[in-house]
Amino acid sequence: MIDLSHISKDFGDGEAQVHAVRDVSLKIADGDIFGVIGFSGAGKSTLVRCINLLERPTAGRVVVDGQEMTQLSSAQLRQARKKIGMIFQHFNLMPSRTVADNVAYPLRRSGLNKQARLARVRELLELVGIADKENAYPSQLSGGQKQRVAIARALANEPKVLLCDEATSALDPQTTKAILHLLREVNEKLGITIVLITHEMAVVKEICNRVAVMERGQIVEEGDVFGIFADPKQDVTRNFINSTSNLHKIDELIDLNAHIAQLKPGELIVRLSYATRNVSEALISHVSREFNVDVNIIFANIEILQDSTLGGTVAIFSGERENITKAIAFMIEKNVGVEVLKDARVSA
Amino acid sequence: MQEFLLNIIPNVVKDANILGRSVIETLQMTVRAGLISFVLGMIFGTALVVTRPGGIMQNKVIYQILDKVINVLRSVPFIILLFCLLPLTRLISGTAIGVKGAIVPLVFGTTPFFSRQIEAALSGVDAGLIEAAQSMGNNNWEIIFSVYWKESVAAIARGTSITLINLVGLTAMAGAVGAGGLGNFAYIYGQQRNHMDDIYVTVVILVLLVMLIQLIGNIVVKRNTH
Repeated sequence: MIDLSHISKDFGDGEAQVHAVRDVSLKIADGDIFGVIGFSGAGKSTLVRCINLLERPTAGRVVVDGQEMTQLSSAQLRQARKKIGMIFQHFNLMPSRTVADNVAYPLRRSGLNKQARLARVRELLELVGIADKENAYPSQLSGGQKQRVAIARALANEPKVLLCDEATSALDPQTTKAILHLLREVNEKLGITIVLITHEMAVVKEICNRVAVMERGQIVEEGDVFGIFADPKQDVTRNFINSTSNLHKIDELIDLNAHIAQLKPGELIVRLSYATRNVSEALISHVSREFNVDVNIIFANIEILQDSTLGGTVAIFSGERENITKAIAFMIEKNVGVEVLKDARVSA
Repeated sequence: MQEFLLNIIPNVVKDANILGRSVIETLQMTVRAGLISFVLGMIFGTALVVTRPGGIMQNKVIYQILDKVINVLRSVPFIILLFCLLPLTRLISGTAIGVKGAIVPLVFGTTPFFSRQIEAALSGVDAGLIEAAQSMGNNNWEIIFSVYWKESVAAIARGTSITLINLVGLTAMAGAVGAGGLGNFAYIYGQQRNHMDDIYVTVVILVLLVMLIQLIGNIVVKRNTH
């Protein structure tokens, strides 16, 4: 559906030149919900604007639905843009128009008569779940409602692609969930390919099936979401993943020598990570019974991602050193990642 | 009643006909010059916003020329502008006196200010709205009419009432050099004959006129703010 090859975008020139996007190539398949994640300034907003040519790339080729965007005349480009919906962090609704007029805005000059347009507007408002706000003005709506209107507006011309530029970054966690749910519905019901820019890994985890990680204008890692979460290759990716789980809080607690991280002699703190698709046994109970090791779970974070379990546990192991060693060996054999974070024998 | 008015504003009652004509002349000048300046101000103000660096029709040459010409015209005091424009006024209007002769200098005196007011009003439109319109496949003209203008009606109304009030002041100045209107009345009948009541009544009428403009402006602003 979307094929970016060797996209670069520079701003300014000479000393002040900024390379916002450097040689990025991406293929996004029909029906994907594709996440692009990065910290602010990574170039992800510029990259997504290169798809509908709101930013014209300095170099490279953009193909959307078989059309090479960079080759189109400006009239053809405007036609092509009508088939690429876009929503924004700050919604960008027209404050002087009602909800219905905002949604009808892209339908002007579409050849539909007034009745047909109104029917279409109502159908869209129904779809996004705010049919009752037809005559309200944007200033009377909450953030989540505004984004729903923006989604309805973006879908008005039956686009094949929906670009979401930090669409949930201005929303609270509950509203974020609801909007993401709506986007997934749009993807499934209407078969629209979604490209989603975000700085929150939780968003990617929630709805994306593929993800690209951006840093300093480049894509440093790309793959299906489970693969990236299970086996991140880059530090920046690991950082993002850690931000979504509490398994790394223990590092801080150990540094602070918090009560919970103080060990009795012979005990150790272990972080277990389940990073393969087959951890379904009652592992902890098994270890506890088989090896006579006491396992005191401090944190646990297990998620079901694309139908597979992913996550881990932070626990204090206590018992005979020999038994603990055996237990750890057993778990490594079961493909569980084991990290000893603190060992009372070493530190004591 | 007649008695009472004769007592407090004797000269105004005597000059009532001339005063009435003067009010009409002032209104004529304000409306005609105001309409022309509004159209020109919308054109130049919009041109400034769309051609400026980063604008949707970025054009360095047009922007620089407009910007400089407006600055030059705005820095000439109106009374001097009046004299400078005498030949041009005669060329365009056929005369340099009366209401007819006042329109050209009033338009020159008002349009630069109007353009800046419109520029300021349109600059208040959120850049995100422009981007959204572009993402929906709008061309530049659609963006000007449906986004820039439509979304800044309230701000344009605010700028327009300020400019019209300014214009009323300019008509009085033009009046003093032969354009007729309330300025002329206050000068010839009031100041030169030392009839203070003529001057005071002129002031009251001007205050009412300004209040009326402000009131209409406020109503338009209110109706277009959501």
